[in-house]
Amino acid sequence: MSSLWEYANPLKFMRTTDWLLPIVAVAAVVVTTTGLIWGFFFTPDDFRQGSTVKIVFLHVPAALMAINAWLMMLVASLVWLIRRHHVSALAARAAAPVGAVMTVIGLITGAVWGQPMWGTWWAWDPRLTSFLILFLFYLGYIAMWSAIDDPDTGADLTAVLCLVGSVFAVLSRYAANFWNQGLHQGASLSVAPGTRMDWAYKAPLYTCMVGFGLIFLALVLTGTRTEIRARRMKALAARERMA
Amino acid sequence: MMPDLGRYAVEVTSAYLVSLGLLVALALWYVARGRRVRRDLDAFEQKRGKNG
Repeated sequence: MSSLWEYANPLKFMRTTDWLLPIVAVAAVVVTTTGLIWGFFFTPDDFRQGSTVKIVFLHVPAALMAINAWLMMLVASLVWLIRRHHVSALAARAAAPVGAVMTVIGLITGAVWGQPMWGTWWAWDPRLTSFLILFLFYLGYIAMWSAIDDPDTGADLTAVLCLVGSVFAVLSRYAANFWNQGLHQGASLSVAPGTRMDWAYKAPLYTCMVGFGLIFLALVLTGTRTEIRARRMKALAARERMA
Repeated sequence: MMPDLGRYAVEVTSAYLVSLGLLVALALWYVARGRRVRRDLDAFEQKRGKNG
């Protein structure tokens, strides 16, 4: 079996994603469409939440990916800091806009659900607040990459920012447990006995979660390929200027 | 075909439309940027090849 580190070679990464990316992209569209159609059209209304329960099929997968995207960026940043593999730094850069959009979707769908259910669009609840701070970290991360011209310096500084922001990624996941207060409930899904969600909702929700994960993967692969090409062009231009 | 969303029809429909709009816009932006960078790199490498 080939080592994972082989994919740190940009050429190997490009060759592998040449055939992998179309498969992941098609799977992402099919699974997400199936999950959302299932959730929107074929799930019953909840006895307390009414039809707003259908928002969960967007909110939970988006929030999950917002946090997981940051954690993926953290792993990629650590690989960059420790082993100096350019592809991992570029993959972290490519993941940031996807994570930011997932965070926005989580915030918007949460507000749209919260207004009729909690009677407010927003509350300074620990989970909501840490999620908003996570979004600001995403914006800062994207801005820092754009602001620094030297790619290695950019990768170093954004990796440090990523390490700091990881605190809020973890907080936004576990804030409800840490503080045990606020409007936001605990995890919607749990492996603990006596879980609260019926399979009529769980099945389409799991489908949407897989779909959003595939969307993330497809976009990160696309973005990383673009960043590799952009980096090559920058290197060639610099070499030409030196000659 | 449209399910009866009752009194929350506006909230549910708008949540879906906004989320799908954002996802589609993001995907289009990634694909468009990818194509532009690829085209620019091809043109640059071709120019370098001609210049020796």
